[in-house]
Amino acid sequence: MQDVLGRCRETVEEPAFASVRRWREKSPSARVIGCYPVYSPIELVHAAGALPVGVIGGGNQVEIAHADARFQSFICSVVKSTLELGLTDRLTFLDGILFHSICDPARNLAAVFARNFPALRVEYIHYPQNLSSPAAVTYLVTELERIRSVLAEVTGRQVSAATLRDSIALYNRWRGRIRDLYALRRSAPERLSAAESFLLLRAGTLMPVEEHLPLLETALREVAQRPAKRQDRIAVLVEGAFCEQPPVDLIEALEQAGCYLLDDDFLVGWRWFVDDVTEDGDPLEALATSYIDRSVSCGTKHDLRAPRPAQLIRRARAVGADAVIFLCAKFCEPALFDYALYRRALEEAGIPHLFLEFEEKMWIFDRVRGEVETFVESMLFG
Amino acid sequence: MADPKTSYQGRIHLLQKELMGRYYQELTTAATSGGPPAAYMLISGNPVELVRAFGMLPVYPEVNALQIAVKKQALPYILKAEELGYSVDNCAYVKADIGLYFSGRQAPFGTVPEPALILCNYVGCNVYLNWFEHLREYSRAEVFFLDIPFVRDPMAPRPEDLAYVVAQLRELIALCERITGRSLDWEYLRHICALSARTGHLWAQIKHLTKHVPCPLDAYFDAVTLMGPLYCLRGSEEGLHFFEEAYREVKERTELGLGPLPEERYRFVIEGPPPWPYLRVFRDLFSRWGAVAVASTYSTVGGLWEFGFAHDPDHPLESIAQHMLYWNLTNRDLLRRYQQIRRYVQEWGAHALVIHSVKSCRLFSAGQGDMREYFTKTLGVPTLLVESDLEDPRYFSEAQMRNRIDAFFEALEHRRLVGAEVRP
Repeated sequence: MQDVLGRCRETVEEPAFASVRRWREKSPSARVIGCYPVYSPIELVHAAGALPVGVIGGGNQVEIAHADARFQSFICSVVKSTLELGLTDRLTFLDGILFHSICDPARNLAAVFARNFPALRVEYIHYPQNLSSPAAVTYLVTELERIRSVLAEVTGRQVSAATLRDSIALYNRWRGRIRDLYALRRSAPERLSAAESFLLLRAGTLMPVEEHLPLLETALREVAQRPAKRQDRIAVLVEGAFCEQPPVDLIEALEQAGCYLLDDDFLVGWRWFVDDVTEDGDPLEALATSYIDRSVSCGTKHDLRAPRPAQLIRRARAVGADAVIFLCAKFCEPALFDYALYRRALEEAGIPHLFLEFEEKMWIFDRVRGEVETFVESMLFG
Repeated sequence: MADPKTSYQGRIHLLQKELMGRYYQELTTAATSGGPPAAYMLISGNPVELVRAFGMLPVYPEVNALQIAVKKQALPYILKAEELGYSVDNCAYVKADIGLYFSGRQAPFGTVPEPALILCNYVGCNVYLNWFEHLREYSRAEVFFLDIPFVRDPMAPRPEDLAYVVAQLRELIALCERITGRSLDWEYLRHICALSARTGHLWAQIKHLTKHVPCPLDAYFDAVTLMGPLYCLRGSEEGLHFFEEAYREVKERTELGLGPLPEERYRFVIEGPPPWPYLRVFRDLFSRWGAVAVASTYSTVGGLWEFGFAHDPDHPLESIAQHMLYWNLTNRDLLRRYQQIRRYVQEWGAHALVIHSVKSCRLFSAGQGDMREYFTKTLGVPTLLVESDLEDPRYFSEAQMRNRIDAFFEALEHRRLVGAEVRP
């Protein structure tokens, strides 16, 4: 297990996508498509023969020196650090990048990318927000069709239905293993920490699925064998970090402060579907239908059929959480808005909760640890 | 330096006050003693024509929020929302409106009725979705999210997007029929679209008159006066009448060579919403330099009539969809906005660009540093970027604002003296 984790940690912590660059240099025809949070149709990218790569800000490795002249102080870090990566030539391995209708700064970032990096193919995907409408599936199929053509232009490879079905099947297996990983965390959190599962998953956004899938399978086998003793901690659901990602050290700090994080929304766009995407029939329709009817509840998706406050309560109860921790990226407007409704719903449901703000580049965690420890103590001994 | 009087002494300001007063009276009556069902909507490219065809009362939380700010009453409402869990970093329009909702919907200018329909026209602004989702949670009213695909490729508006929006408008019609208990009168809808088309045309003509030297009305500080009736009364006879009056007056001023200031020394384009709580203060900071806004992006959030759009009574749903998809500022990307501003600078003959960056509205502000980069470095247009907010009075610092604006115009004066000015 240490081998697998060690490799993942190395991949994640290497500077500026080193492993992706190495992969790209192996073949002159290799193409890489960056995927900004939250959800990108990675099956389409894969079927077009390109590598989908998670471009999710600069973490704690990037000092913002140029991007803050383009985006103001009240804009979240992931927007600025992603632009900083581009302005400091650290995204030159990309052939294209996908942005999505998740929030206003991300939408404007797509335009700023298009102007500043004319050699890069920048695409903006508009996901439907009227999920109750029967017209939404039809619309989303046309949008995915448009992206399929764009990818064909970038890679020079047409995507046939059969190829796309194969990619869907492969990613179904991959997501299935990730669901297993989360199931394991819920049933035996003493065997696999949230920080470890985050590293495993984050590495998967930086390498081909064909390489990552065996790593996941090994990890699952080995975790099940780990000797571990359950400690006296509270069981927590973490919500709010669906876009900008917290530092691994912060996740560890939450755990060390006395929490088992049974579930979270880290990198949720890469997991996205609650079950397998249909592998037969029209593959674009299968992806569209899964998006509309079988994707996770998330702050950037406004599904009136299943209001998020009720979804959160349902999830907290389903995983057996004693409490909910809101882990919101600083200035993340969708998450901050959700908090107002979530707080109300949790108070009505009698579920304790704690609100924490983070930034991807924070590196001192004493204050957060102290806050969480107090919260945990109030629950264990209060 | 003499500080000239900067108010626009025309009939239309008085007429606007009267009309908006009547509009708020109508809302108050509906709230207190019953009236037509209220439909909450957003300003950016909206389907008010359809709502009006059902006899529903259009209510705009954005307009309510800005009216509260203009009356310098926003802070208590904002604080009330923050007590409920809203963040200091959330849009203050939303917070003022939520604060208002939990204050019995009683504003300083009237009472807002409970919604019968929460109609979220998702045109560009992602916060709209949160805002109306929250109102729905609190009010439990009927809700419809009218999803408008963002303009995102050169083919815009794509036929697929148009078909999607029209399909949703048909679903919306069915919902309005259920709420009001009456069927859509297509003839009446066509009539309303014809009124909107004429109103939009007059508004467009007024926008083009501001190319004139001197500029007959300030296309920012005076244009906002016209925006109230444009949104709250578009598609009605009285809305049209107002714009006929307004056009006559602006035309007359153009012919007489009258402008809002005694002397027009600088013409500028302005980007971003105004600081409503300090509108007059902000205006005066420009007036003292003889600076007049000849064009503004803010006055196009609800529609881009000046670039050729008109509702088509023969194709009501398609033209409503076109309006929402393509013919407004907010559903277009930042680069299209750069081109719009560039066109203003060139065709409206401006010396400078002023960017008012507001924290609340990230749709407008996120990335405005890049805009400044483009206009100064690529195009060589003198550009000033100042920051405050559209609603929250805590973000406005008059002294700092004055320093920045003075320094900018001093630099322009210097360029003029040495003959290095950008000629409009």
